[in-house]
Amino acid sequence: MSKRRSLTEAQCVSLAQKLLRERLCHQKLPDRPLALDSQYKHLLELLRRTAVHGESNSVLIVGPRGSGKTMLLGCVLRELMSLKEAQKNVLLVELNGLLQTDDKIALKEITRQLHLENVVGDKVFGSFAENLAFLLEALKKGDKSSSRPVVFVLDEFDLFAHHKNQTLLYNLLDVSQSAQTPVAVLGLTCRLDVLELLEKRVKSRFSHRQIHLFSSLSFAQYVDAVRSQLSLPPDFPDPKFSDAWNHSVTKLCEEKSVEEILRRHFNSSKDFRSLHSLLFLSVSRVSVSHSTLHEADLLEASRLISADSKAIILHGLSILELCLIIAMKHLNDTYDGEPFNFQMVHNEFKKFIQRKSHSIHKFEKPVVMKAFEHLLQLELVRPVDSGVCKVQREYQLMRLMLEHGQVMEALQRYPQCPTDVKQWALSAFA
Amino acid sequence: MSRYITRLRMRRTYKWNGRPVGEDRKLKRQYYESMSISVEGKTEDATVSLGQYILIEGDDDDNPFVAQLLKLYTDDSGKKKTAVLQWFVRMCEVPQNKRKLLGRDPHPQEIFFYQDRSCDNEVDGETILGAVQIEYVPVQDPFPVGKSRDILFVKLLWDTKSFRALDPELMQPPQSPKSPPPSSRGPQTRALPTPDPSVMKRAMSGILTRGSMSTGKMSSSEAESLHSASKLSAAKALSAKRRSQAVSGPQVRKKLDLCSPSKNMSRDDVLGELLDERSEKTLTSKLNTSPTGRISISIRLTPLNLNKEECVSPLSSHSPDKPRMTAHDKDDAARARTPSRRKDSAALREPALAALAEEEHEDSPINTAATSRSKRKSAQLVSSRIKKQLNLLGNKIDLQSDGEDGDDDDCFIPSKIDLQSSSDEEEEAKIDSEDELIVKKHRGSGTSRSTEKTRVSARTPRKTPSKKTAPATPRTPRHATPSIPSRTAPARKPGNVLEEARARLHVSSVPESLPCREQEFQDIYNFVESKVIDGTGGCMYISGVPGTGKTATVHEVIRSLQQSAEQDEIPHFRFIEINGMKMTDPHQAYVQILQKLTDQKATPDHAAALLEKRFSAPAPKKETVVLLVDELDLLWTRKQNVMYNLFDWPTRRNARLVVLTIANTMDLPERIMINRVASRLGLTRMSFQPYTFKQLQQIITSRLNRVKAFEEDALQLVSRKVAALSGDARRCLDICRRATEICEHSGSQKNSSGLVGMSHVMEALDEMFSSSYISAIRCASVQEQLFLRAVIAEFRRLGLEEATFQQVFVQHQALCRVEGLQPANVSEGLTVCQRLGSCRLLLLEGSRLDLFLRIRLNVSQDDVLYALKAD
Repeated sequence: MSKRRSLTEAQCVSLAQKLLRERLCHQKLPDRPLALDSQYKHLLELLRRTAVHGESNSVLIVGPRGSGKTMLLGCVLRELMSLKEAQKNVLLVELNGLLQTDDKIALKEITRQLHLENVVGDKVFGSFAENLAFLLEALKKGDKSSSRPVVFVLDEFDLFAHHKNQTLLYNLLDVSQSAQTPVAVLGLTCRLDVLELLEKRVKSRFSHRQIHLFSSLSFAQYVDAVRSQLSLPPDFPDPKFSDAWNHSVTKLCEEKSVEEILRRHFNSSKDFRSLHSLLFLSVSRVSVSHSTLHEADLLEASRLISADSKAIILHGLSILELCLIIAMKHLNDTYDGEPFNFQMVHNEFKKFIQRKSHSIHKFEKPVVMKAFEHLLQLELVRPVDSGVCKVQREYQLMRLMLEHGQVMEALQRYPQCPTDVKQWALSAFA
Repeated sequence: MSRYITRLRMRRTYKWNGRPVGEDRKLKRQYYESMSISVEGKTEDATVSLGQYILIEGDDDDNPFVAQLLKLYTDDSGKKKTAVLQWFVRMCEVPQNKRKLLGRDPHPQEIFFYQDRSCDNEVDGETILGAVQIEYVPVQDPFPVGKSRDILFVKLLWDTKSFRALDPELMQPPQSPKSPPPSSRGPQTRALPTPDPSVMKRAMSGILTRGSMSTGKMSSSEAESLHSASKLSAAKALSAKRRSQAVSGPQVRKKLDLCSPSKNMSRDDVLGELLDERSEKTLTSKLNTSPTGRISISIRLTPLNLNKEECVSPLSSHSPDKPRMTAHDKDDAARARTPSRRKDSAALREPALAALAEEEHEDSPINTAATSRSKRKSAQLVSSRIKKQLNLLGNKIDLQSDGEDGDDDDCFIPSKIDLQSSSDEEEEAKIDSEDELIVKKHRGSGTSRSTEKTRVSARTPRKTPSKKTAPATPRTPRHATPSIPSRTAPARKPGNVLEEARARLHVSSVPESLPCREQEFQDIYNFVESKVIDGTGGCMYISGVPGTGKTATVHEVIRSLQQSAEQDEIPHFRFIEINGMKMTDPHQAYVQILQKLTDQKATPDHAAALLEKRFSAPAPKKETVVLLVDELDLLWTRKQNVMYNLFDWPTRRNARLVVLTIANTMDLPERIMINRVASRLGLTRMSFQPYTFKQLQQIITSRLNRVKAFEEDALQLVSRKVAALSGDARRCLDICRRATEICEHSGSQKNSSGLVGMSHVMEALDEMFSSSYISAIRCASVQEQLFLRAVIAEFRRLGLEEATFQQVFVQHQALCRVEGLQPANVSEGLTVCQRLGSCRLLLLEGSRLDLFLRIRLNVSQDDVLYALKAD
């Protein structure tokens, strides 16, 4: 006890930070998936039947990014493995469409994870054809009642559908539809049209079970989730600190401005991954001198997250470059989005210098060209066709990659922007 | 076995030796007694003469066919040399599924006497490669050891159904017209490998048996001449009777014991005696000759006067399919002559072993009678005692040899134990071991190899193979037996009605019968059956959309054909299946066919060459091969040579290949095949129509098989719905399975009947068929919904179905202001857009186009509006 009490505040803060960061970054599985009860039951029941009865199944888990597909599967597998019957029986093979980019690699990975005989250490022997024959032979030898069921998890399922002939999918699904080793083929994907990707033979062999994960989360639930994510657990070593912390979090969530921030985030996306990054940024701002979360932290984090990337780039430009951008904007307005070339931009700029400018000196053409090329490198302007034609650089057609609003906003924020430049930008006609 | 390399294509010249020895005017044939084969580059010619064992060129260069030469003749033109043969088969030629009937590992040099009347026994004389030595080994004897690897051993007879003990007499060639006894053959063909006395002795005894065999042949002709008139019918009756008497009756043995109790006969003699006794009995009843008289006559006979008699004897028409008859006639002499000679050989044994030999001889009748296993009992006592004694001795010898080579021995001892544990055969093995100390060691290593093999094959599929065996043989996946480890707890059986129904409805469960495909079944059955019976080849193309039972029907056909083959209604055939989807490359088809056909591994090119040879060469004892090619369209290559070959082989005269091909589209031959391929495929086509709702209903009902789990209406709904969509039986079964699950979950609440009803089926159908787009839109975030509306607004403005992000973004910002939300900036807008793109509500171009990426909707505008309005 004495030791616990002796925890200084600094230690408490760092401990709390560590705990929360772990929760937010490592994507630790929650005890129970939030608002996905029916899907959870369905999937668990399906896998349990494969594990216990040796029934082959195939299922697709479909949901947009960040909707909790992997989390759901993780929870289900955790529960399944805690069953005594399943624990020692189930073999798990995990594949990812981004890693196993063709069937050859996927087959090697499967044989490796199944510890078949052509594996020594981590090496898989034999050619592609041999490996396929080998795996099929192995799966064919098993039967429903005596061999261990194999659970194949195919993450990014849609990418497997792009493999040549869909050989792997055909064979896995064929096994799942024939009296061989019991398998459960679980596909995880965010594409709603994934079935249309499957070839008709493959499609016929798929059981057409789909588990859809669409979050029907309400805002109140969302705020609750935020609160629970930020709260410290009851077994935190210093109860006084954790009480204070939890209290502050609860109060924070009730504040009007915080609610506004959260609603803005909720409106833009309901997934938890973006929420986590928001919370992570705000938690990182906590320090000894600043031992509880404030709304300013959230505000700052939200500002960082929702900042427009191009607007930030614009802040770093020189006045000359900014002027060029404005010239391009005017060109866009006059010609209704038609592409332009450097010469046009330069002319527009010269006109501005001659007529309106008081503060800006005349630049030599090569200097302007240099500035223009810098913009090109930043990809704020981009050539229309990818530069294959042998037009002189001055006359190559370009497009501005900025929105009207972005330019104006950047100008507003630009430190010590000359007023004549501002006026030029605002004037309807150059 | 050394390799008989025919691939080198050594030029062989075949010439008749001497004048024709007979002529058949009707068939215009001239018979010869020997032929000489001269090989380019070798000085001396090899000669093959009647009765000799020869090698015939076959598909496999390492293992040419083995046969005994019965006749040699030429047609009137004198060009074509034909040989009539008695075939022998190697273990690798026995169908794979029958190999286990042997009940032990075959000796590497073992071959089997082939007895099948359907098999063509005439071959082109120019396929003869040369002579080979074959030695008959009595059933109970072990295989001789230490002999040259070129000698083959015959022990058993293979009649396409089972392995049976072989009468040594069957191996005597039937008498050929006017052929003099090839008396010099024994010494000529036999080369003693070492001058080791023990081996010498064994070889001696081998020669002796051989000698007795040859004399047997002579006497057979004598017997022929004696009763040539009634011979044919008598022999037929005899052979029939013999076949029915698979085991010799007990009285035969009693008789034998009575007549020769004190004689110190060797096993071979006794075997001969035993067989004689039987044939004698039947013969005497037929011919009314007294046995004693006959025996005395045959003893008196000498080769010389045999010859004379033979020359005098009128030649009877001698058809090759009656070797059995002559073999029986021959018995008498063989029996009568051998005892005396064998006695000599017995006397040659070392005195130390004399007692044992004595015992062995006493014991031998029992062993010879081992084929008649029913009456072994009394003998078992004696034999077991002897066995014990011998084992003791044998083990001692093993221990002595331990020091000499340690490597072999630790394998050797377990193998020894192995041997002891099996059957009577082992006893002989031990007796041998006393005879030949040195040879024994070789034997030990030999058996150790074989036991090792059995150990590998018998290995239980535990989860540790990579640790245990792989390090020793890391690069030999071909020997590994891939398998998924077996589970620790057994799978649970279905508990209630719904679970039972679900198990039955799983696509994988094999139904008792396939309803609704009777006509197709019959057509395919007739096609394959007729081809198998005729021994011809052919192609058939089967098409149909997925899930209409194509593969299942073909499998059903093959299953019932195999059943009738088992019952001997049709000839045996091999069934091989390949699947275009289960190979990585079309050319792998050759590899897979070859592997399934002969267990060989080869590269695609080599495999193609071997198969080409196999299907084009006239091999006599070929079974019909039924080849199922599933997913044919995947075997398409630019040159289409895989398809071409698959369809070309059946058209060969000697191929005996039936090819059944399955694909999805009806017009595949017209669409993707070039003319020469399509033409070879022929017009035997069949298409499987999608199931109608009545058929689907019948399928489910027959699968459920009186398990009452569904309401009638529910079944009808499912089958109507599926029939309207695709007619895919798999879909239908999957929906039903899902419906049982839904029923099970809701069952706890209120359901009265516990049956799967309409509501459950509706729910399952909804889950599987309803589009998820609408619910996806409804669950999307506010910004995403707004973006979709902006897309539609922009489409309407442009009057196009496509817009750039920039255009849509302007709309989006306007909408945000209308809705009273803070307008999103470009980055946020792009994020929203990409998120919608990733679940394919929108179709997007690559994201590097940034503001100019083009957007299209993947859902109809009405759906979007409907989904958004319902909010």
